[in-house]
Parts: sequence; C-alpha cells; structure tokens
Amino acid sequence: MARLDDRASESGAFTARDLDVLLATADVVYPSAVSVTEEFIETYSVGRVQDREVYRTGMKRAIADVNAYAGRYTGTPFPDLAPSARDQVLREMGVDRVQPEPEGTVPEQVRYYLVNELLYALYSTPTGGELVGLENPPGYAGGLESYQQAPEDRPADE
Amino acid sequence: MQAKTRRTTRAKSIDRAPSDRVDVCVIGSGPAGALIAYTLAERGHDVVVLDAGKRFDPANRERRMEMALRPGHDFVDVWEMGGRRDRYTVSGDRFYQLNRTRVKGIGGSTLHWVGMTPRLHEKDFEMRSRYGLAADWPIDYADLRPYYAAAERELGVAGAEDNPFAPPREEPYPLPAFPPSHSDSIFADACEEIGIQMHSAPQARNSEAYDGRSQCAGYGTCMPVCPAGAKYSADVHVRKAEAAGARVVDRAAVQRLRHDESGEYVESAVYVTPAGETHAQRADAFAVCCGGVETPRLLLLSESDAHPDGLANSSGAVGRYFMEHPSVSTTAELDQDTRQHHIGFPTSESHQFYDHEEPRPGSFTLEFQNTAGSDVHGYDGGGGMGGILAPLYGAEWGDDLLETMRDRYGNTVAVSATAEQLPDAESRVTLDRSTSDEFGNPVPNIEWRVGSHAVETLEHALSIHRNIVDRIDGTITGQTDPRTPGTVAHHLGTTRMGDDPDESVVNARLRTHDVRNLYLASGSVFVTGGAMPPTLTIAALSLKAADHIDSAL
Repeated sequence: MARLDDRASESGAFTARDLDVLLATADVVYPSAVSVTEEFIETYSVGRVQDREVYRTGMKRAIADVNAYAGRYTGTPFPDLAPSARDQVLREMGVDRVQPEPEGTVPEQVRYYLVNELLYALYSTPTGGELVGLENPPGYAGGLESYQQAPEDRPADE
Repeated sequence: MQAKTRRTTRAKSIDRAPSDRVDVCVIGSGPAGALIAYTLAERGHDVVVLDAGKRFDPANRERRMEMALRPGHDFVDVWEMGGRRDRYTVSGDRFYQLNRTRVKGIGGSTLHWVGMTPRLHEKDFEMRSRYGLAADWPIDYADLRPYYAAAERELGVAGAEDNPFAPPREEPYPLPAFPPSHSDSIFADACEEIGIQMHSAPQARNSEAYDGRSQCAGYGTCMPVCPAGAKYSADVHVRKAEAAGARVVDRAAVQRLRHDESGEYVESAVYVTPAGETHAQRADAFAVCCGGVETPRLLLLSESDAHPDGLANSSGAVGRYFMEHPSVSTTAELDQDTRQHHIGFPTSESHQFYDHEEPRPGSFTLEFQNTAGSDVHGYDGGGGMGGILAPLYGAEWGDDLLETMRDRYGNTVAVSATAEQLPDAESRVTLDRSTSDEFGNPVPNIEWRVGSHAVETLEHALSIHRNIVDRIDGTITGQTDPRTPGTVAHHLGTTRMGDDPDESVVNARLRTHDVRNLYLASGSVFVTGGAMPPTLTIAALSLKAADHIDSAL
C-alpha cells in the first residue's frame, strides 16, 4: 500500500539538466496547443513538489532512467533528441503500455513520476482544463463562480 | 486536571499511557465522539478520547488530494485505510467494500465524506405508527429538533429555507446556501414541467468563512479530501475539545471494555499502543462512538461471563439490523455543454418523494449531480479513482490524449436517488472468528441485505429519472440496476435504540439497557435509516447523549 510520505527536505534539488528533461518530456506529452515554458514547469511541477523529498527523488530517478535509455539506444541525451525520437524512446521503454506505479518497474515509475507528473501538473490547472472546456478542473482552487456559469458566460467567450 | 497535564506533555513525546481515572472516556473521534468530548470538556469534565487511527496533518491535504486524483493510488490509500488493522470479511450475496466507506483517524469518516447534512423527517421516527413497517424510534422529531439546530451551528451548515418538503425548523441555517449550478438549471425547467420541485441542498461546507475556517475554494475533490478545510470534518471539534482540556490519544486501539464484578458498570477501556503496550483507561462513564461496524464489534469483543453474547447484548440485537442507503443513478448525454466537475458537491436536490402516503414505495431523495461523467482526470468525484477510463491511465498523450478528453468531457448529466431500506435482523455485523486483525481479534463480518422495499423504491426512483431525462432531451447512457444498488458509506442500525430491553440495545438517553455507565452514539443507534445522509442526525444524537452523560455524572 502506498503511503503519503510526510518527510520534507530541501536536499536533492533539480539540476538544470533535470529541467531540460522535464521540458523535453512535456513537449512530447502535452498537446501542441500548449506552449511549454520553463516558468509553467517550475510553478506547477517543480514548485509543487519542492518539499517532498521522496517524491522528488522518484522524479529524479525517472529523469535519469529516461536519459540513460536514450543514451544507450540512440547515443544522444533525451533532451537533445527530436520530438518524434523522444516520443519513440518513451514508447520503446513501454511507458505507454504500463499503469503508473510509484513503486513499480522502471517504465511504471517513468509513467508515474515523469509522464503523469507532467500531465497532472497541466490538467489540474486552468491551462490544461480550459483546453477541454473546464476552467476550474479538480485539484485547482478555482473558486465558486465558474460552476454557476453557462457556457456562453465563460470568460474565454466574452 | 490530570488530562491537561497529559496533553501538554504529548507535544514533546507522544505519551499514550492512560490518565488517572477520568470522568468520561470517549472511544472514537468522528463527529459523535468529537462533539461529546467537546461538550463535556466545555462543561468542566475530565475527558479522554481514544482513537485507533492517527492524527493526519491538515498541511498534507493537498498531497492527499493528489493521491485521490492520480492513478497509481487506491482510494483507501488516501486516508491510509487497509492492512491488518482494518481486515474484514463479507458474507451473503453482496460484496461490501467496507474500507472504502470509512476512515480511522482523528476526525473519523468525516475526513472523506461529501458533507451533506439534511435532517431526518418526522415520518422517519414513526415508521411503525404511520405505515406498519419496521419499528418506531423511542424519540420523535420534536425531541431531536433543538439538537438538530445546535448541530447545524456546530458543523456550520449552509442551506436555505426553499425546501417545502423539509421538516419544521426554528431558525435560519447558519450559512447561506450554495447557489445552484449551471447543470441544475438544465434540469429546472424540465422538473417544473413535470411537477417536480427542486431546492437547495443543506451541507456542512462553508459557503462563506465560518468558525475560523475558509470559504469553499472550489477544489472539486470534497470526497475524499477538502484541502481548504471548508468542508466540516470532526477534527474541528477534536481541536476544540483539546482546547477545553480534553486529552486525545491517537493510535490507541481499544480491544475491549472491561466491567466490574456486577457486570453493570464498565470499569475500563483496554487499548493497545503502537509500541505494543496494553493499557486500561478507567472512567466513570464511557461513550462508544465508533460507527455502525466497530461499535457493535467492540461490544461483541467484550463478551464475558456476565455478558456471554457480548457486552450490553441481552437483547441479541448487537450487530443486527445493519442498514446502508442503497442508491441508483442515471447518466445521460445532451446536445449541450453541462459544465460538470467545477465543484465536488451537489447544489440541488428534491425531497418531493420523501413523505409518501402509502407504505410502498418508500422514501427516496433525488440528487442532481455536478460531477457527472469523466472529468479531465477521469476522476468520478464519488469515491472512485476514475477506473480504466481515466485519461491518465491510457496509452495516449499529446494531441491524441486531448482529443480523447474532449470526447469524454462536456455534455453529460447525472441524477441519482438514495432510498430507505428497512431494518432486517439478518442483515448484520458479526465476528468472524476464523480471521484475525493485527491485534489477534476476530475481524468484523458484514452481511448486508438490501430488501425488496428498497429495490421497489429504487425502481420507482429510476422511472422518475427516465421521465426527467426525457424532458431534457437527453440520451440515457447508463442506469444502475436497482437489484444491485450502490452504497453511500452509511453504517446504521447495529445497536438500535428502543424502550424495550428485549428488542434494543440503548434507551432514549443513548445509554445501554444492560450497562449503567455505557453510552453509544453513532449511526448504530438508528432504529430506521430514512433516506437522508445521517451525519447531522448522528451529531444531534451525540449532543443529546452529552446532555445525558453530563446529568448522570
């Protein structure tokens, strides 16, 4: 059974290279309508997990695993690959065929700590929710106005 | 003063040794235990609360919410249920997912409840007199009415007096109701056309700041986690009880109640700590507030020569008459945006079908959902994790994933119904002596029987659903089979209240017939369950019990 880990720590901060992998992955798993920015990743992913040592360690491990796999089979670090090649690396690792599992196999952990981490960061904020028509998605403290609004009253349509 | 001394030392290193004999030992820190502890501590009594679960840090609630939303965690992981402590077995035709329906921890199952707080109706207390069904309660609505008002103030209920079917009340709700949703407005005209009156839904959730807690922030994940603390949970009154001098011991799993030589008074509650130490907390009075499963289980585990069938069980009713609230829902698709999943709670319902004239079909409520269908995470907003349809489970990402999400989200509505079921002596909680928990005690066995009254009621509710969906030009995409209804995590009836010691476990003062200083306050004392969420009634009964304990001390 997975338990929430209460330990907090400042150690194990993300390196610039880690951020490159996060951005390069986001570029693949986010829809093309989203412009992936370092600011977004730092706010909703890196910032969200900054006091979660165990989780952050899992992310760093997944980042390292993807990078190592890319290096082994393409000879190129993951962030330096073309988007289609990055997509292929993730699929060849099996990340698209496994269930996310924080204590699972390498692809299961990559699915949980890297791909789903980024998808959660996107789709639990209005940036992702609005793409679907849900400007206050579950997980986002978007207040009590939007649920009352008719589709034609949505701010985006004004 | 012993309790206060203990409390101040707890912060340095958790001391789970018993206090010297106190006035009241409360077992369980859900809404019943928390309100009793708070009320009696405020009145100057020495109170110790023992709970098998841990203290959860409110600062971690956003992370618990994330666990609830993301695949990779089970629903029961969010509040750390499961494992050897929480083992159970199931008998009969239906599997019952007990650990999905409860939380052990400071605050109890209100940590994960939705937060709906209607009152029972007058007829719920008089089912035998009115319909010749089941049994009457030994109290009526008028007896509980002042306690309902007090409970609404304590929990902070948001509501409006726009419900023509509600029982009489004496004062406005403490907080204004949440305005109806856009989704409600889709149903409103259709319901008016076919003569169904919708109204607001009272709930213990802050529509504005109240009692030091913030307004609802719109996280949309009320069940199982409200990160804002705007939804009432009983840890609120645990903190108030501690401020008033009560001592609260977490991870103190009570194993049995030990009585004196006469068998007429409980002497102590025997509990085990995480360090494996066994202690006995002595008190003048004991209040067991452990819900509809663990309350009867503790009595059954406390069997003795004087009480061979379990403590306070001369009636044989302990564990019997286990009731839930069977529920069904109808999901439909429309040719318009329905704006689901912005919030995690309903804003409109109808109690029009509650006070029926004939015995059958029975009472049911209609709830118009704001969490229909899949949201962007596949989270179903009702205790599930989205299942295999959750977008974050799938093989897609990028533009393909977005396209799937757009296909699944946007034009769904859902209306549900919750029905009364009648008490059945064979629907019950027993001890399974073939299986042990982590302390070596027999685990609870659940045998839940729905009964034909509830099935017939749910069939009637589904016909109403179909009529409503037809009027909004919807296409039904799913309806629950009423013979295998859903459950809504309410455990009722297993230590029923009554005047006759041969037929019931506690009297109208919530004291057991057989043991003079033992009080029970939980959904277990309900004689019949009605069709309303029970928590406000549990809170009202607990405030009543506190009055009786206070006067007996």
